[in-house]
Amino acid sequence: MHRFANPARFQRLASIILPWSDVLTAGLLVSGLYFALFASPADYQQGETVRIMYIHVPAAWMAMFSYSVMAAASAASLIWKHPLADVAARAAAPIGAGFTAIALITGMLWGEPMWGTWWVWDARLTSVLILFFLYLGYMALVNAIDNPAAAVRAGAILALVGFVNIPIIKFSVDWWNTLHQPASVIKMGGPSIAPSMLLPLVLMALGFHFYFVSVLLRRMRSELDLARVRALEDAIALNSEEAAA
Amino acid sequence: MALSPARARKRRRLGVVIIAAAILGIAVALVLFALRDTVVFFFGPSEVISRLDDPKLRLQERRFRMGGLVEEGSVRRLEDGKTTEFRITDGPGAFTVRYTGLLPDLFREGQGVVAEGRLDDKGRFIADEVLAKHDENYMPKEVADALKKTGHWQGESEAKP
Repeated sequence: MHRFANPARFQRLASIILPWSDVLTAGLLVSGLYFALFASPADYQQGETVRIMYIHVPAAWMAMFSYSVMAAASAASLIWKHPLADVAARAAAPIGAGFTAIALITGMLWGEPMWGTWWVWDARLTSVLILFFLYLGYMALVNAIDNPAAAVRAGAILALVGFVNIPIIKFSVDWWNTLHQPASVIKMGGPSIAPSMLLPLVLMALGFHFYFVSVLLRRMRSELDLARVRALEDAIALNSEEAAA
Repeated sequence: MALSPARARKRRRLGVVIIAAAILGIAVALVLFALRDTVVFFFGPSEVISRLDDPKLRLQERRFRMGGLVEEGSVRRLEDGKTTEFRITDGPGAFTVRYTGLLPDLFREGQGVVAEGRLDDKGRFIADEVLAKHDENYMPKEVADALKKTGHWQGESEAKP
């Protein structure tokens, strides 16, 4: 794992991956949106409102996926002190918060016509709102602590403690009665969604994943560049002090 | 085999994280188990019947939500034109529900609903809010019609207890 700890090696790897993930993101999202909005049927009950699901469900999956990446990176940072792990964790947080916000907003837009309410405090909706606050709390905590080592530690512990929420979100619809419907795609006995509707959902979900990779690598890169700029600035400041002395 | 000090430290940190995660997991599981009657969004009719006298739930005195399927053939309008009466069932149990107001678009017989209100002294559930509960099945209209025609229709029949 420490083979990738070298920032120069990481930068080379990122330059190889980024063009591919960019092209895949654009291709998958364009074709996914085409199928989601035009080339898929209306639902027998929800009518055209079902199209909200093609954004809502992948965004909700990504909200949990981004947090899992953040928690895994935090564990690597805490246990193995991997130098890139905390960069990855900090880079993943705003992306995950964005996906969570999209999932919450599109869910409300769907809930108002379908359920008859924008919001209810059932286990699924409440646990996803908590996930959103975990992202915000993580970002606030990491940015509030001036000492970088202490910020990394505190952030990693918060991210790992908050990970307990992820299985609660996933299984909330099975463990308790909720207004939110149970899983349709990943469940025992195969998906309960028509293939013509599963296709746009899968395309959008894959597109969101590659979008995550593209943005994560770019954020990590700019963070590493920033660290280098700071190091150079410090070195210059030190040099001019020595020259003056 | 002797570990190098660095590896020993990593192994110790890994152990601490795993033990802390296990303790946290158990603590959260206990809290959620203790709060299970609060975390549920609604009770099914059969659960309401069996726990009517449960002193912890006080279902006879307080507002709560009841969820289930709208019984086939049970929906009727009362004389005032605004109140709808229907039965919510989950198979073994059923309650008569009265609701005054606009019903959501997805409300129909056989459809899952969640009603919020309280029981009256005649054992009827007087609701002031009715939400439609969508199930996890997504299919085009043509497929649904074809399934109904061939008798393979299964949607809307799986009651959640």
